[in-house]
Amino acid sequence: MATVRVQEADFDITAEVAALGAGRADIGGIGSFIGTVRDVAGGRTITAMTLEHYPGMTERALARIAAEAEGRWPLLGCTLIHRVGRLLPGENIVLVLAASPHRHAALEATAFLIDWLKTAAPFWKKESFADGSEAWVDAREADTAATERWGRPA
Amino acid sequence: MAGTIHVLYFAWLRERVGRSEERLSPPDSVSTVAGLIDWLKTLSDGHARAFAAGPLVRCAVNQDFATPDATVKPGDEVAFFPPVTGG
Repeated sequence: MATVRVQEADFDITAEVAALGAGRADIGGIGSFIGTVRDVAGGRTITAMTLEHYPGMTERALARIAAEAEGRWPLLGCTLIHRVGRLLPGENIVLVLAASPHRHAALEATAFLIDWLKTAAPFWKKESFADGSEAWVDAREADTAATERWGRPA
Repeated sequence: MAGTIHVLYFAWLRERVGRSEERLSPPDSVSTVAGLIDWLKTLSDGHARAFAAGPLVRCAVNQDFATPDATVKPGDEVAFFPPVTGG
């Protein structure tokens, strides 16, 4: 039921929402989160962000995260699309959609999906700065805390 | 010992090791992730540099997150990488 994709190309939010709801009328709400590339990190200007991933494991991890969400909330479908490769400030990185008969489930599942994705899917970000230097992004304690508020896997 | 272990490196581990993957035949005494790391450190300066960041190195065995005490054996795919930073 989950749609999981890793791709270099941008995603079309309208098309993905339409695909999630196609042919059904039992959905009461679709939660959405779109992550984008910010132009500043730690006070420094970013010129690009490069996303690397672990092909194979990434798709498995995303499918597992989606299945975990489907076990916790009454979802009628969800979508996880993550871009990889070189992205510029303002570009989309990640799309999370969660459809449910009720809004609370849709919104909570959306927050859960992006929190878990940040700490349980094998992606790595490298930032390129205006002075030509590059640096891998460090994992953030805040992201781990955001995941832990949802508790352990069922 | 039949077969090899397929070792993958990502992000700054890949850069420090200087390659993204290699097929290796560690000695029979290597049976866990921790043991494999100790042996990999001896292969080159790059490997040693990569694994010097001990607590920051994460691992997956056959594409599932694994802890240092996890078993590794010939035929396994073992990946090393920093804490993930997607989303």
